[in-house]
Amino acid sequence: MIEAERLTKRYAGHTAVNELSFQVARGEIVGFLGPNGAGKTSTMRMLSCFLPPTAGRARVAGFDVMSQSLEVRRRLGYMPENTPLYPDMRVREFLSYRAAIRGLERTRAKRRLGEVLELCSLTDVGDRIIGQLSKGYRQRVGLADALLHEPELLILDEPTIGLDPQQIRAVRDIIRGLAGKHTVLLSTHILPEVEATCSRVIIIKRGRIAASGTAAELVAQSQIANEVRLELQAGADDVAARLTAVPGVAGVTTREADGEWSRFTLSAVPAADPRPEIARLAQERGWKLRELSRRTPGLEEVFVRLIHAEEEAA
Amino acid sequence: MRILLALLGRELRSLVQSPIAGVVFCLFLALAGLNFYLILSAFARSQTPITLVEAFFNTTIFWYSFLAMFPLLTMRLYAEEFRQGTFELLQTAPVRDWQIVTAKFLGAYIFAVGLWLPTGLYFAIYAWITKEQAAPALGSYAGSYLLIALMAAFFVSIGCFASVLTRNQIVAAIVSYVMIAFVFYVGLLGFTMTNLGPKLREVVNYFSSAEHMYEFNRGLLNTRPVVFYLSLALLLQFLTHTVLQVRRWTR
Repeated sequence: MIEAERLTKRYAGHTAVNELSFQVARGEIVGFLGPNGAGKTSTMRMLSCFLPPTAGRARVAGFDVMSQSLEVRRRLGYMPENTPLYPDMRVREFLSYRAAIRGLERTRAKRRLGEVLELCSLTDVGDRIIGQLSKGYRQRVGLADALLHEPELLILDEPTIGLDPQQIRAVRDIIRGLAGKHTVLLSTHILPEVEATCSRVIIIKRGRIAASGTAAELVAQSQIANEVRLELQAGADDVAARLTAVPGVAGVTTREADGEWSRFTLSAVPAADPRPEIARLAQERGWKLRELSRRTPGLEEVFVRLIHAEEEAA
Repeated sequence: MRILLALLGRELRSLVQSPIAGVVFCLFLALAGLNFYLILSAFARSQTPITLVEAFFNTTIFWYSFLAMFPLLTMRLYAEEFRQGTFELLQTAPVRDWQIVTAKFLGAYIFAVGLWLPTGLYFAIYAWITKEQAAPALGSYAGSYLLIALMAAFFVSIGCFASVLTRNQIVAAIVSYVMIAFVFYVGLLGFTMTNLGPKLREVVNYFSSAEHMYEFNRGLLNTRPVVFYLSLALLLQFLTHTVLQVRRWTR
């Protein structure tokens, strides 16, 4: 659905998007993650034909965003950052205007108007003036607008920013409901959100892809996944050396004392799980074991480490 | 076509609903009424060789209110959408730039010309009460309003062009006012500079809205002003479209 090839956007003085290449298949919901200024909005604006790329190319549904921009825009529902809307219009009036400029025929426009109002829980505020609506409602008007013409591709820039938790859940449900029928590319920096809604995540950093894959893949790839913690009482035994000898253990990272107890953090060999072996060893040696766990980090931790690691390297 | 009509509908609605249009509407009608009243009083005091229609379209009040309304009506056309970010919605919808340009021009144009139609009532009421015509022939009315429509096309286009250059409405208003005033005052040189050579005077008169009005008021329809206003309006719309395209491709 989306093919970006060495997509680049340079502004005077700095490069916002740097040779970004990625693909999004039909029906996927892809989350675009990155710290502020990573180039998320610039990328989305290029894909939605609002910004011309400085170099590289992008195709949406097989159409080039530069040379076949009208075809792309016909197939696209785009919700810009901060959801700009005409504050002087009423919700229903705005949506039927948007349907008309997209060339929806009258009967279909009317049907879709009812459907999106229902879907985005806007039926009650249909006759209110947009400028007087709260941020949460305005956000949903923007989403309703993007969905109006049943676009093949939805590009949503920060669809849940500034919403309260209940509204976030509502928007998330709407987006999840689109899976399969529509392709969705959304940006956010709320990580649990991505885990909850997206089938795939692209993390970008300084205009480049830092990591890409499903949330589970990203977690598995990170080093954190291979941390094993244990707490035990072992007397005078040479615990550290014996633990290191266990197959699957790469080394002891930290050791802290807590009274009679010792707390260890071990790093495991990628994809290995040394926990059963450690348990057996403890039984064998007569150690008292009170914790043996493997950390399953959230995407948030992976994200923070990824961004942080690059910053240190840079 | 349907897309164009939808765009135009929104332009007109937002003009009618905007407070600026209300202010322009009230001020304009008040000034036009005052203008008409002052002329009638002057006519009642003394005999003049000119007709009521000629007098109405040639006073200072008429020209000031006429020239000032265009910057006010057009300043928000593009500038406001740029500032609000709604232009991003417009440019990512399957709408061509020329459709946007046409709709914005037509919206402001229809509103501007529509403001002038009620002034026709003044002459109708005058004729009804005094049983006298305000002008000797129908061509006199037709010429006057035709010229209003032509000048409006040009001045609205100046406003569109000024508005597309900036995201600040006030800047747009100032730029378009300066441009409109410049064109108008250059045209006045033929009246104020008595020592102009005949060649130069001819050139100046070609630009002169006041001179055109003087002719059209008497029903002397000349094609030169028609070509002048329409071609400049078209040129400015073309430039407006070009600015949009440049903005789109060099952002």
